[in-house]
Amino acid sequence: MKARVPDNATEKRLDDIREQAALGRLDAKGIRPSGSPFPEAGAEHGYYGLPIVKAPVWTWEVPVYFFVGGAAGASSVIALAAQLSGASRALVRDARWIAAIGAAASGPLLILDLGRPERFLNMLRVFKPQSPMSAGAWTLTLFGTASAAAAIGEELGLQRIGDAAAFVAALSGVVMATYTGVLLGATAIPVWAAHARTLPIHFGASALASATAVLELRGHEERALNILGLAAAIAETSMGVEIESDRAIASEPLRHGPTGATIRIGGFFSGPLPLALRLLGIRSKRARRAAAASALLGSLITRLAWIEAGKASAKDPRPLLD
Amino acid sequence: MAVTGFLTDSTLCIGCKACEVACKEWNDVPDDGFVWSGLSYDNTLALGHSTYRHVKFVERPPQAGCGGNSSERMTWEFSSDVCKHCGNAGCLEACPTGSIVRTEFGSVFVQPDICNGCGYCVVSCPFGVVDRRPDDGRAFKCTFCYDRQKGGADPACAKACPTGSILFGKLDDLEAAADRRIAQLHEAGMNDATIWNPKESSVGGTHAFFIVRGDPRAYNLPRNPEAPMRLLKQSWSAAAVAAAAILSASIAAFALSQGNAGVPPAGPAASRRRGAK
Repeated sequence: MKARVPDNATEKRLDDIREQAALGRLDAKGIRPSGSPFPEAGAEHGYYGLPIVKAPVWTWEVPVYFFVGGAAGASSVIALAAQLSGASRALVRDARWIAAIGAAASGPLLILDLGRPERFLNMLRVFKPQSPMSAGAWTLTLFGTASAAAAIGEELGLQRIGDAAAFVAALSGVVMATYTGVLLGATAIPVWAAHARTLPIHFGASALASATAVLELRGHEERALNILGLAAAIAETSMGVEIESDRAIASEPLRHGPTGATIRIGGFFSGPLPLALRLLGIRSKRARRAAAASALLGSLITRLAWIEAGKASAKDPRPLLD
Repeated sequence: MAVTGFLTDSTLCIGCKACEVACKEWNDVPDDGFVWSGLSYDNTLALGHSTYRHVKFVERPPQAGCGGNSSERMTWEFSSDVCKHCGNAGCLEACPTGSIVRTEFGSVFVQPDICNGCGYCVVSCPFGVVDRRPDDGRAFKCTFCYDRQKGGADPACAKACPTGSILFGKLDDLEAAADRRIAQLHEAGMNDATIWNPKESSVGGTHAFFIVRGDPRAYNLPRNPEAPMRLLKQSWSAAAVAAAAILSASIAAFALSQGNAGVPPAGPAASRRRGAK
């Protein structure tokens, strides 16, 4: 051990410790004798401030799935809308492929997150509409099949099969884009439960923004994509305003600490930045592409941030003690 | 088959942790760390994937007539916590595989041969009971000694409890016993003794309920626990609104720009179109 040289600071600290101890209350890291200042068990802090609910065990795969699955779902909606309006076939084709590829990536992401990945088929053992996780597993199965059939039908020139599949893909896709909000909202995690009503709309807008963005970054310049990007950016901006004006204890992880910072960064890239770029740079291709890239990044960060906010929220017993 | 329950009477608990030991031994639950928490004599800290019974040690400043032997001493109360086996169980409803079921004894049981470790029950329990065992990958919680009950025996914790603090029996009988015990305690001057059983909440009452003194929140027993299922309707309604908005916005956006596919918005034409809207 390195020998220390006493100086004014070290001696002052020792004096302070003696003084505090004489008064019966010593504040120091790692010291929790009876009567010392740790949270008492009671109405205010609950059981010594320990958590009441368990933190989510989900790792990066789940929020990345929210992002990929949401973008894929919204892309299938764009594919159908483009097809119905008679927009360029290249757009329809790309949108269908983005949906199919996103759906194909979603399965492995969800399987990776399971504690027992080899048992993933148990997800289809029962159909439980009262479980958002079960509803989601079945939706993904339907969406994955339909979106793949739509893309392959397009590729092989089987238009009738492709179009029928595209219709099913769009209907299941819009569930893919929004159900993840219910999955988080209808839980015991205070920050998620407090936003059970807003999360599906938030995630839906985020999914629409990311699908639009991927298509724009692929080089599609249809005006409709810009309109949808704009609409999603407006929705995301208003969500940001709502989060910032929410003073509930349960919502603290959205505004404080590392999770608050991440929520804000995700919100900035999802809402105000693409909104400004799309409005100010209405005639600039470069501004549209920048808006698309920003929205895509924002969408991913937003999903990661909400999972982390849930983990932070689970540690705080206060919202559950009123 | 009669619905069975646990009545845990904290006024009789001496904090010996025999229930924790008995539970771990009978159910072959792995150890989950040896730590000194500094929080009274509680080094278990919480229920979890490898703790199905947990004795809470509530130390409080001196309060005449409560817990301590004299008014100068800290009060010291104990309560053995356990899965509540909710009337409306969040974990059971959330489980997508059907692994979590309600047994013939009314208890909530995780079938280990079905669970695939999705982790959704973990965030759906309002009491932080069920959790995923990291090295195993599956979710675990109190089984209410389903195997022992099948064989006609009492759960391990209740059998090992030396003071009668953990009572096992038919739920109706236990509720009557709790009422009698409260009357007895109040007669003895312990007017702060209450029954914690959230029958009025969305949890719909619990099959494991408690007698505690003072505010149950000191034991992390919330006054108004909420079953997450209560949020399903409003959340799915919001999802339906969002889904309708995404569908209609997409179709409208493309219908409005029909015939201009692939043409980037250009000066006068674009403003004319905007005007037409």
